[in-house]
Amino acid sequence: MAAVIERGARDSRSTFAKIVNDERNRSIFWQVIVFGLIGYVCWYLFTNTAANLEARGMSSGFDFLGTNAGFDIAWSIIPYEPQDTFGRVYLVGLTNTLAVSLLAIVLTTILGFIIGVLRLSHNWLISTMAAWYVEIFRNTPLLLQIIFWYTAVFSVLPRPKQSIDIGGIGLFELNNRGLYFPEPQPGDLFWITMLAIFVAIATVYFLAVWAKRRQLTTGERFPVFWTSLGILFGLPIVVFLVTGSPLAWSIPELKGFNFQGGTSLPPSFLALFFALVIYHSSYIAENVRAGILSVSHGQTEASYSLGLKPGWTLRLIIIPQALRAIMPPLISTWMTVVKNSSLAVAIGFPDLVSVFMQTSINIGGHAIEIVAMVMLFYSSVSLIISAALNYYNTRVQLKER
Amino acid sequence: MSEEVVLSGGEEHIASAISEEVVITFEDVNKWYGEFHVLKDINLSVRKGERIVICGPSGSGKSTLIRCINRLEPHQDGHIVVNGVNLDANVKNIDAIRSDVGMVFQSFNLFPHLTVVENCTLAPMWVKKMPLAEAEQIAMKYLERVKIPEQAQKYPGQLSGGQQQRVAIARSLCMNPSIMLFDEPTSALDPEMISEVLDVMVELAETGMTMLCVTHEMAFAKKVADRVIFMDFGEIVEENAPDEFFGNAKVDRTQLFLSQILAH
Repeated sequence: MAAVIERGARDSRSTFAKIVNDERNRSIFWQVIVFGLIGYVCWYLFTNTAANLEARGMSSGFDFLGTNAGFDIAWSIIPYEPQDTFGRVYLVGLTNTLAVSLLAIVLTTILGFIIGVLRLSHNWLISTMAAWYVEIFRNTPLLLQIIFWYTAVFSVLPRPKQSIDIGGIGLFELNNRGLYFPEPQPGDLFWITMLAIFVAIATVYFLAVWAKRRQLTTGERFPVFWTSLGILFGLPIVVFLVTGSPLAWSIPELKGFNFQGGTSLPPSFLALFFALVIYHSSYIAENVRAGILSVSHGQTEASYSLGLKPGWTLRLIIIPQALRAIMPPLISTWMTVVKNSSLAVAIGFPDLVSVFMQTSINIGGHAIEIVAMVMLFYSSVSLIISAALNYYNTRVQLKER
Repeated sequence: MSEEVVLSGGEEHIASAISEEVVITFEDVNKWYGEFHVLKDINLSVRKGERIVICGPSGSGKSTLIRCINRLEPHQDGHIVVNGVNLDANVKNIDAIRSDVGMVFQSFNLFPHLTVVENCTLAPMWVKKMPLAEAEQIAMKYLERVKIPEQAQKYPGQLSGGQQQRVAIARSLCMNPSIMLFDEPTSALDPEMISEVLDVMVELAETGMTMLCVTHEMAFAKKVADRVIFMDFGEIVEENAPDEFFGNAKVDRTQLFLSQILAH
C-alpha cells in the first residue's frame, strides 16, 4: 500500500518524465521521425528528377513504349522485327529471360537432386566425385562460369561445315553458331493428339484418387506408377498414329555455309543455360543432402522394424520429412536462377536486362521508366515464387506443442 | 532412481507362461564394429512366452544384441534363428520377420509428420494390406490399452515423452507381433513418466507376450522377468532367475554392477 502511494506521488510531480518514459509514446515518436525522413527523401528525389528532366527538355512517362525501337535482337522466342515498338522489346526480353530461367530451373533441380543423392552414396568413388562437383561449381563465381562456357566452349566449336553431330543421327548439330535441331510442324489433326494428352493427364489424376480410395477401403494397392506411365505415353501415341501422324518435322540441313530448316539456339543461350544449371545444381545438391541427413536414422530403423520395405520407407517416411527441409532453400534457389539470368549481359544473350536496360536506354533514353519496369518484372516473379513457398510451408508445418 | 519407481499392482512376480517352443536362438554369434568386438560368442535361446531382462554397463553390447534379432544390425559370425528362419546375408523375407518382431526404441522414433493414429495404421495398411477402417479400429484398441485413446488425432510433437513411448508401444502392437523387443524404453524419460510406461509393459507381459527388454529398471525386472541376463564387454557374464540374480549373484562383476545401480 505504501509503495502505491509513494509511486503515485512521484508520478504527479513530473508528468513530462512519465510521458517520455512511456514505451508506447517513444515508439510512436520514432515511427513519426522515420516515416517523415522516408517521405522527405522520396519527395526530394521525385521533384529533383522532374525538375532536371524538364530543364533538359526530356519527356517522362510511358509514351515511348509505343514508338519504334529500330534495332534488331539476335534471338527471340516471340517474333520480332526492328520496326517493332519498345513495348515489344520489353516482351521479347521478358520472354527470353523466362525461357532460359524456366528451362534452367527444371534442369538444375533434376541435376541437383541426382548429385545430392550421389553424394550420400556408400560408394567412395561416386560420393567423392559428387563432392568435387559441388565444391568446384559452388566455390567459383557464376560470372566466371558463364564466360567460361561462352568463350572456352561454345564459341570455339567448329564451323557449320564441321558440325558435331550429337547422337550421330543427323538431327542435332552443334557448331559455333549454336545448336541446330528439328522443329515440329503440327498438321491439321494435331489438336486431337494435344487433346489426348490432356485426357491422359486427367485420367491419371482420377486413377490416383481412385487407387488411394481403394487402398483405404479394401487395403488392396494398385500399381499406379506404371499404369500412369502407360496411359501418359500410350494414349497420345495411339491417338497420334490413328489420326495419321499429323506432325511434320523440319530437319536442319547444311546448305552452303549454314544450316537451313529446323530451329536453333545461339551459343550465348547455351552458355548461359549450362552455367545457370551447373552452378545452381551444386547448391540444390547440398540442400538435398542436408534435407535427407536431417531425417534421423532412427526414423528408418523404426520403419524397418515395423516391416516396411526400404522403398516404402523412403516414400512414406524419409521423403515427406526431408522435403520440409529441402523446399524453402530450393525455392529460394529458383528465385536466384531468375535473377542471375541477368548476367547474360556479359555474353550478349538478349535477356530483359540486355535488350531493355542496355540497348533500349542507349537508343531511346527513359532510364527511370525502364529501370522501374525491369524491377517490377523481377520483383513480381520473386514475389509469386515466395508466395507459393509460404503456402507450401504453412501446409506442411510440423505441429508441436 | 530405480527404487523410486513404483509399479502399480504390487511387487509380486507375475505368472509365467513359457511354452517349450524355442522362438529365438543365438549360436556362437560374434559381431564387430570395425575393429571393435561388440558381441563375443553369444549363445542364448528364448522360448515362447519368456520374458528376459538384459542389463549391463553402457557399451556392453546389450542393445546390439537385441537389434540383431530383427537384423537392424547384421552379425558377422554364428547363427541367429528367429521363428525358424536363419538370419544371414541371404535372408529374403526380412520384412516378414520384422513385421512379426515389434521394437520399441529409447528415443521413441515416432513419425513426426503423421498423427498418433496414422503412426499406428501405417504399417498394418502397407504391410498387411488392411483397409483403413479396420486398421483404425485396431489402432484405437491398442491406444486404449496404453491408455491414450484421446490423443489419437494429435501429432507426436504435442505429446509428453511418456505418452510418446506408449504410442510407440501401441504402434508396434498394431502389427500383432509374436515377439517384442525393448531397447532402454525408459532411459530418455523424466522420472515421473517412467512408471506409466513400465505399467503398460507389465500389462503386456501379463498377456503372455515374448519379451526381451534392455533396461536398468530393477523393479520391473523383479516383477516381470523370467530370466535376467548380465552383459559386460560383449559377453553374457551371468544369467539367472531374478531372485537368484539380485539376491545371490555368482560373478563379481555382476555384484559390482548391481551395487552401483542400486547404490544411488
